[in-house]
Amino acid sequence: MLKRETWQAWALILPAVILLVAFTHWPAITTVLDSLYTTPKGSRPPRFVGLDNYAALWDDPVFWTALRNNAVYAFATIPASVVLALLMALAVNTALPGRPLVRMAYFTPTMLPMIAVANIWLFFFTPDYGLFDRILAVFGGGRHNWLGDAATALPSMIAVAVWKEAGFFMIFYLAALQAMPPDLQEASNLEGASRWYFFRRVTLPLLMPTTLFVLVNAVINAFRLVDHVVVMTHGGPNNATTLLLYYIYEMGFRFWDTAMAATLTVVLLALLGTLAWLQFGVLGKRVHYR
Amino acid sequence: MKIATRSLEILGAWMLALIWVLPLLYAVWTAFHAPAYATHFDLTAPLTLQNFVNAWEAAPFARYFLNTTILVSLILVVQFVLCTPAAFAFARMNFPGRDVVFGLVLLQLMIMPDVLLVGNYRSMAQLGLVDSILAIALPYLGSAFGIFLLRQIFRSVPQELDDAARLEGSSLLGRLWRVYVPLARPTYIAYGLVSISYHWNNFLWPLVITNSVSTRPLTVGLAVFASTDQGIDWSIITASTLMTSAPLLVAFLLFQRQFVQSFMRAGIR
Repeated sequence: MLKRETWQAWALILPAVILLVAFTHWPAITTVLDSLYTTPKGSRPPRFVGLDNYAALWDDPVFWTALRNNAVYAFATIPASVVLALLMALAVNTALPGRPLVRMAYFTPTMLPMIAVANIWLFFFTPDYGLFDRILAVFGGGRHNWLGDAATALPSMIAVAVWKEAGFFMIFYLAALQAMPPDLQEASNLEGASRWYFFRRVTLPLLMPTTLFVLVNAVINAFRLVDHVVVMTHGGPNNATTLLLYYIYEMGFRFWDTAMAATLTVVLLALLGTLAWLQFGVLGKRVHYR
Repeated sequence: MKIATRSLEILGAWMLALIWVLPLLYAVWTAFHAPAYATHFDLTAPLTLQNFVNAWEAAPFARYFLNTTILVSLILVVQFVLCTPAAFAFARMNFPGRDVVFGLVLLQLMIMPDVLLVGNYRSMAQLGLVDSILAIALPYLGSAFGIFLLRQIFRSVPQELDDAARLEGSSLLGRLWRVYVPLARPTYIAYGLVSISYHWNNFLWPLVITNSVSTRPLTVGLAVFASTDQGIDWSIITASTLMTSAPLLVAFLLFQRQFVQSFMRAGIR
């Protein structure tokens, strides 16, 4: 017979766990299965093809472009937004004139829907009369089609993502900075340690758990945040801004090739899984928790 | 020397702040002026609300507002109701399978429903729920983030309080409701704010799963509106953009302190 506590506990967790499994674990499993079958077309049922979809993906140049774009996007947005977030937190943690205003300014992008600000950024990037071309014009620069040029389209997407995320991460750094015992700073002042030395040897190590938390979020967002791509470039020009999740969306819901979309999703899931394992396995060991 | 460095730092912080609010400032400027001033800055330009009127009439924004409100409240209420007991069980009860199940729950922190568009769309099609507000909400109702956050705070509740309530004859749910939930209030506020802003702003999944005016949330409505109807009328687009973001932005401005503080409290422990 089951212990009373056991069935009580299961009764408490079951509603949440059932929903969670039904819409996270179950779709992950069906996606893996779908990736082994063809896309059903009309009356033709899906047919088992083994790893054929993966072979097709391997031969798909757009997939490699998306993968490369996503790597660039991740390697640019993650460090940039995390470092900026730390700088912002350090800035508003001091007695800065107009501190509440500055803090609010940093944080506003977090509150705005990406889809809405994408519209505004779209205007900033407009050739000739957009903000960037106007600034360049002051310095004698010419007309530039920021989103239409394959060389600048992805950097533009990266800029928008960094702008959107930095303030959000700042909050976590700020929380950690304010939780730090002030006597550390006092002791270091008495010892005559330089600010840089104190930052490097005391602040930064104490911020490691926060950094890990922020990094995990930044990594997830580097693969999840594609709203602005949908609005601003549709993955163009010539797939220069196609990211993995955007390609999944395009494949699954514009071309309606669900089998290939499922195959792509499996690749993305494997990537996220590996990154999670790396972060917690390797980085996690080097972090000192309280 | 020290003062010079400090001034430079302050200047840098302010410049960064300016860059960070620039898109919002621009949107406010354009939305409240006639289209002629969209690219032409003149402090004496007359203010107008016409852009908001035009935007409001050009698309069913009232309906979109209603849809988003229903969606966000539905998610928030169900998340609270489901995550609370689950978090309590994970925090304070011993049962076989607890750690395995908790590990499975945490998996969702890394593999969020946002990337499972294809699989979830399939499930919704099988359930006959495509193009419904419930379908937008369903993947987010069992929230690992919520369970994790509440579990952390429940674990910090002193065991003596629990024992005292038990001695007074409180049932399991009674203790949860009268001891744990009140003590976790700041966490609920923080989680609520995160949940509301996340789902108010969420876009890709609602875009995929909805295809009619009666179900579309604001974000999808705005995207449809800005891409098809308007071409390049920046005044109307920025007006509708501001309308879409306004409720969250106003709430944030009003409760800024609380927001930031509760965020910090809930941040990481």
